[in-house]
Amino acid sequence: MNERSRLSLLVTQTLIISLMLALLGRLFYLQIGSGTKYKDAALSIQSRDIVTPATRGLIVDSSGVPLALNRVGLAVTADRSILDKQPDKGVGVLKKTATLLGLKYADVYLHTRLCGEMPKTVQAGCWTGTRYQPIPITKDADPSKALQIVERADLYPGIDSMPVAVRSYPGIDGVNAAHLLGYVGPLTAADLASVNGAHYYRSESIGKAGLEYQYDSYLRGKPGVRTVIVDRQEAVTRQSRIVKPVAGNHLVTSLDVRLQAATEKALADAVARARAAGNVADGGAAVVLDVKTGRVLAIASYPTYDPNMWEKGLTVKQASDLFSEATGVPALDRALQGLYAPASTFKAVSVVAAANAGYNMNGTYSCPASVQVGTTLFHNFESRAQGTITMRDAIAVSCDTIWYRIAFDEWLKDGGLSPKKNAHDYFFSAARGFQIGKKTGIDLPAESSGRLADRAWRLAWYQQNKNYYCNYTKRAPKSQQTAFLVALAKENCVDGDKIRGGDAVNFSIGQGDTVITPLKLAQMYAAVANGGKIWQPTVGEAIETTDGKVIARFAPKVIGKLPASKSTLTFLQGALRQVVISGTAAATFSGFPVAVSGKTGTAEVFGLNKNGSKKGNTSWFTSFGPSENPRYEVVMMVSQGGFGSDISAVGVRHIYETLFGVVGNKVVPGKALFPSGPPTALPRISPTMKTVTTP
Amino acid sequence: MSSLYSTKTRKRRGSLTRGFDPILSAAVVGLLIMGTLLVYSATKAWYASAGLDPQYYLKRHVINIVIGIALALGTTVIDYRLLRAYTPVIWAAGVLGLIAVLIPGIGKSVNGHQAWIAFPGGFQVQPVELAKISIIVGMSLLLSERMHDGDEPSHRDVLSALLIAAIPILLILLQPDMGTVMIIGASVVMIIAVSGAPSRWVVGLLLLAILGGFTAVKVGVVKDYQLKRLQSFVNPAADPQQSGYQLRQSRITVGSGGLAGKGLFKGPQTNGRFVPEQQTDFIFTVAGEELGFLGSSTIIILFLIIFLRGIRIARRSQDLFGRLVCIGVVAWFALQAFENIGMTMGVMPLLGVPLPLISYGGSSMFANLIGIGLLQNVHARQRG
Repeated sequence: MNERSRLSLLVTQTLIISLMLALLGRLFYLQIGSGTKYKDAALSIQSRDIVTPATRGLIVDSSGVPLALNRVGLAVTADRSILDKQPDKGVGVLKKTATLLGLKYADVYLHTRLCGEMPKTVQAGCWTGTRYQPIPITKDADPSKALQIVERADLYPGIDSMPVAVRSYPGIDGVNAAHLLGYVGPLTAADLASVNGAHYYRSESIGKAGLEYQYDSYLRGKPGVRTVIVDRQEAVTRQSRIVKPVAGNHLVTSLDVRLQAATEKALADAVARARAAGNVADGGAAVVLDVKTGRVLAIASYPTYDPNMWEKGLTVKQASDLFSEATGVPALDRALQGLYAPASTFKAVSVVAAANAGYNMNGTYSCPASVQVGTTLFHNFESRAQGTITMRDAIAVSCDTIWYRIAFDEWLKDGGLSPKKNAHDYFFSAARGFQIGKKTGIDLPAESSGRLADRAWRLAWYQQNKNYYCNYTKRAPKSQQTAFLVALAKENCVDGDKIRGGDAVNFSIGQGDTVITPLKLAQMYAAVANGGKIWQPTVGEAIETTDGKVIARFAPKVIGKLPASKSTLTFLQGALRQVVISGTAAATFSGFPVAVSGKTGTAEVFGLNKNGSKKGNTSWFTSFGPSENPRYEVVMMVSQGGFGSDISAVGVRHIYETLFGVVGNKVVPGKALFPSGPPTALPRISPTMKTVTTP
Repeated sequence: MSSLYSTKTRKRRGSLTRGFDPILSAAVVGLLIMGTLLVYSATKAWYASAGLDPQYYLKRHVINIVIGIALALGTTVIDYRLLRAYTPVIWAAGVLGLIAVLIPGIGKSVNGHQAWIAFPGGFQVQPVELAKISIIVGMSLLLSERMHDGDEPSHRDVLSALLIAAIPILLILLQPDMGTVMIIGASVVMIIAVSGAPSRWVVGLLLLAILGGFTAVKVGVVKDYQLKRLQSFVNPAADPQQSGYQLRQSRITVGSGGLAGKGLFKGPQTNGRFVPEQQTDFIFTVAGEELGFLGSSTIIILFLIIFLRGIRIARRSQDLFGRLVCIGVVAWFALQAFENIGMTMGVMPLLGVPLPLISYGGSSMFANLIGIGLLQNVHARQRG
């Protein structure tokens, strides 16, 4: 062997050794260095999760009557992965399906679009899930039509039909409760990205609003997951994991179906009466609370909608109507989200403020037709000049001018436009004591907190709007450049950061920038009725498992105490009884066999309607009864409804008639809803009560 | 004379097994056993799910090995120095096979390669595998049979050796089987280098290879799909459905094995047939997934042992012919194993060559074991 040959052999050997070492190195990198990465990649290639949704728990009222249950519906679904591959992108098949089901093609088209595919403005009704799930066109198809689709699969490629669980709100006794109950819907990308995202499975339905949303974690149950290992042809080779679905638990609420239905009817009637009297009456709300426990017995909001329409398949029109001004924005829950000036119903706060400021509640005060504050003349709104009257009568007839005086005097004592450092601010602190400007904390989503227009709010508002008002003539649109508005803007620019005399006066009668929800007013007056306890209103009472075990109880909490002495509250309760005996609500309640107390309110609303007409007054009535031992708090509000005494008080009377079993002017024995108070024992949701009913 | 010859052979065979390199034999047997298990694992679940005999591939693979071992033993019977006399016949047989495969009606195309000759009874032969032996033996003969007294091959020797290699290589190019061409080409360079030929030849041939590859792509000898395979090696997203898919799946399958693997017959990727051609070109992924780093590195180490033993035999060989044959076989095995295993791990392009001694396939297994037989033959005839 020559040298060159020997050397070449050595080189060859070295080369081969290094090639093999390189392979070992790469192998180490793949299997040890980044092994988990490839393990995960392999798993995601091989495994498929098949999710069987759990049966959702029922929502029942305090005596076990179902408000929400499940039934079996026939879903007609579209498979986008097949439709998109058709030459016309599935248009023909979808048109044929729409015709068969008697639906509009536009609706079917929208239902089968992913929300991301549609412009923001026309998204209501679009599919919030993914392209790879069967997308429901309807969950409630006529069985004979669904059968046609299954039998003639060749005519409907990409369309399928299968039985599915449909959330159903049976509307027993004509109850609607749409805003309270909410609805369920498919998961969205946003839901998955949320805090709870990790608990969800793609094909699950979850609560989207109302109680369905609030108590979703109890109601939803645990979906069954079958993880299968598939091969390249998606054929299942084996099952790796089976988790059986666990049915959701039932939610027992403190609502009463009969009372809820009566409350809804009373509200709708009140709106109808207001309209008949020539008012716009664009919406309303009514709330019934148990003042002793803080439990919610009924909440209604008008206008409302059919809670079943989501599961039936929302049409384009239904979806746009929900948020349309023309239909009164039915999606808005006016009881929890509507913000209105409380007007004279605020006088409970003013009484507490005046009492705390040392005014004699048993004294007499003059009630002229108007009071001069600065350069402005403030008039009585609901009443004429009454001469000198007791404070009790002033509340009963809803005299405003008394409060103008007291509020203006207190404002001056606090330093007027240059407020003292340690100003008493009796009115503001009384309002804070009533928790105005804070949420009631009800166990429902999306509650509005309202607004307390005190000094701090005023300052913050000024800092935000100073520039606008100080450059009003440049910034405001031409149409708003009236002499009055320009003058107002100038005023706001100069001392908009301060509470002016007029603001103090307005505040004392619940006008101006302070706004509350009807639920807040109910909470406030429930506290007046029960001796000062501010309850956190609660709808959910308990969670029961499917075999009747109680696994959670939701006891309402006392979250505050009214800043009023016992004697002040006693006085206030008496004055509110006087309202019904001889005051603004006397006519409405004449002859009513159960003693109730209340307060009317008629709030002026600044601004114009779409058609240019001036906004109508907010009609309020808040009340509690029976007066001698208050148990129920009932509030009704009709937006642009007119006078509180005419519209809302009548509606509240109707609610009391149902509660106490009153027909005409007589209590009919055995007709009262709760002869011995609202039920305290939880209803037994018997195992025989089916969670799923077949049609 | 003939009786004398036969007793002599019998006597020689007796001493023959003693003359085998036991380490080489053990490594080869180790790989054959592992390969059998891997082929079985790669096809068992697949065939069972199709309602076919799950042992179909296993049985055929074992038969291939038995025939291969018989051929290997046959190769070792005759002294390799006597084998030189048959070299022209071996070479001519290889070339004839390569020509036959190109003739329509005789040759059969699989996966774009005109590489198979189908015999009646479903029996198929891939002449290219046997042609590898022809080239190695043919070149070794020409480079060692000196027409002159020099210590090293003359330019003429090198040229004629190259010609001997070039004819079958050109025929393989026509199939076209780029993987084999590259592996044989590189083996040829190694044989020439070890033959002691002037280093100009080695350098020149390497340059020629680069230039040739370049023009092949330009002129269009390299088919579109071959380019795609090469591109998808550089950028797997270039052809995600076909070769990119294979490469990605293959890498994931190997990587998912981890240290100890999923256990033989228990690999979900393997049982799900996510890697195509898994019993042949992608057999190493089965080892990767089911045997993990421990098992698959064992395969690489067994290969390394075979190569080092092969080079040792080459170094100790009595003559240049034996040495060149050994180097040829080692280079062929090593480059083919490197390409195959490298491909499954994403460090080499997809060229479609089987893993020696492990992949399923009769012709390849026969040729591999004949190659091992040649190594043992040279080992048995060396001194000490």
